[in-house]
Amino acid sequence: MNTRIGRQTVKIENPPVILDAAAIVGVKEGQGPLRDSFDKILTDDTLGEKSWEKSESTLQRQTALLALEKAHLKQNEIDYILAGDLLNQCVGAHYSVRDLDIPFLGLYGACSTMTESMSIAGMLIGGGGAQRVMCLTSSHFCSSERQFRNPLEYGGQRTPSAQWTVTGAGCAVLGAKGDGPKITHVTTGKVIDKGVTDISNMGAAMAPAAIDTLSAHFNETGMKPSDYDMILTGDLGVIGSDILTELMLKEGFDIRRNHRDCGKLIFDIEKQDVHAGGSGCGCCGSVFCGYIFKELKRHNLKKILVMATGALMNPMVVEQGESIPAIAHAVTIEN
Amino acid sequence: MIFLKAFIVGGLICAVGQILIDKTKLTPARILVTFVVLGVFLQLLRVYEPLVNFAGAGATVPLTGFGYNLCKGAAKAVSEQGFLGIFTGGFTSSAGGIAAALIFGFLVSVIFRSKPKK
Amino acid sequence: MKNEMTNKEYNEYIKTKTPNSKIFSNCAKAFLVGGIICVIGQCIIWLYEKWGLDKESAATCTSITLIFFGALLTGLDIYPKIAKFAGAGTIVPITGFANSVVSPALEAKTEGMVLGVGAKIFTIAGPVILYGIFASAIAGTVYWIVSLF
Repeated sequence: MNTRIGRQTVKIENPPVILDAAAIVGVKEGQGPLRDSFDKILTDDTLGEKSWEKSESTLQRQTALLALEKAHLKQNEIDYILAGDLLNQCVGAHYSVRDLDIPFLGLYGACSTMTESMSIAGMLIGGGGAQRVMCLTSSHFCSSERQFRNPLEYGGQRTPSAQWTVTGAGCAVLGAKGDGPKITHVTTGKVIDKGVTDISNMGAAMAPAAIDTLSAHFNETGMKPSDYDMILTGDLGVIGSDILTELMLKEGFDIRRNHRDCGKLIFDIEKQDVHAGGSGCGCCGSVFCGYIFKELKRHNLKKILVMATGALMNPMVVEQGESIPAIAHAVTIEN
Repeated sequence: MIFLKAFIVGGLICAVGQILIDKTKLTPARILVTFVVLGVFLQLLRVYEPLVNFAGAGATVPLTGFGYNLCKGAAKAVSEQGFLGIFTGGFTSSAGGIAAALIFGFLVSVIFRSKPKK
Repeated sequence: MKNEMTNKEYNEYIKTKTPNSKIFSNCAKAFLVGGIICVIGQCIIWLYEKWGLDKESAATCTSITLIFFGALLTGLDIYPKIAKFAGAGTIVPITGFANSVVSPALEAKTEGMVLGVGAKIFTIAGPVILYGIFASAIAGTVYWIVSLF
């Protein structure tokens, strides 16, 4: 059973287990500090495909199949696959699951998709509607760049606040029974828009959503920041993380000690010249399913909060003068 | 000497573009449009021609030079054809540049493919 | 949020958190590379004039030559690497126009030759040509009105 304990938070009484997880990343990500924690590092970011959109969906499919293999499960043992990505009509997900024989629910939460999918999967399993669910997401630098910004060969300069979209995918397999870290609480975010219009400053656009969800989580669960070994955000990057920790302090929650951000972890910010850090669904996806999941398995982390943030940005609507709405979803994971 | 003048004037025009990008958050596409239109009007005010005579390629290679060329074409066409020149002048003078951009652009697009970035 | 900020306050606040572009060094780089491209242009003009072209033809041929190299270096993925360093130094010269024509077309090849390459080749070049020609028509109108008196 799931118990609603607040306006935004659900406590899962029979918490689902993260049975296994797989992460595949691109060439540049494979040169970063977390290179040893990924299951596979691509040698060619095209994956042999003719278009970047196809490359991304192949990346997603390979990650899903790898996760199944690692969990020793077959496709017909999975009740749902929840997947999404950044591309229009979620083509990354739709073309990756096309070849799978698993009931599918498509999600769009921009870069928050990893925790959005784990939230829904957690409640599905906790509510008894499913035994095993896969949570899958990806992003690809080349397909994102062409959809959201400039052509790849275009000679523009990135501003200091710009973030680098991670080429990577993560897939977590959740089950009702088994050994492993469990999802105990789910806090669902609201769409928050503080009027940021700069599409090269996603961290600043997403930070208010992160603050809103995180405050709601602490207030509704009665937990404190110190209850967690780590509070992991998705891709706030350098600027967004700075804003989050500072404004959370004003809200009365000191997360400076245990806050980490996937966008800051995945790259060596200075050496790899990624300006404000990594971003994209695949950022939280690959860092959580790669590095963090392994740390949980080794019991180096006991209890963590994972909160991926998404900038729900459409370049066309931003051109029309609109600002960038954002969202953040949080899940508590306990060993 | 003309080479030094070209370097300094061309460099300065680019530096102005850089200030516009950094200070106003104008996207590069808008910078291109701004520079071309600016070149047209500077020539209309007879400011650009002296700069071209002074700095040569330093004034013609930046996109303001493209605008200067458009304006000069309009002046020439109007003096030769009257009213009709308003319509033919711009394209006549820029025909070589635009055709080259399209032809080479097309050929390069056919031959090469976009590559992943690191 | 308990300490609710208005949108305006928040946008003011994030300005203090967002690093500014290093405008001085960016301008120096733009100056250097832009200047060098113009000097190369001057060399090409000099060559064409030496080969007997008149001043105007030499200028047009120089533009065409620079556009050729801008397009080729974009295809070879070299232009964006210079541009990362040079910023406006590679955007403002005519080679930058060539880059803005090639880059969207090159990438759109996956959508076919007509609606991919054919349509996207004008993504950035289109506005430049439109407003350039429109401005030239305004200039032409001025010249025409002046010629009436």
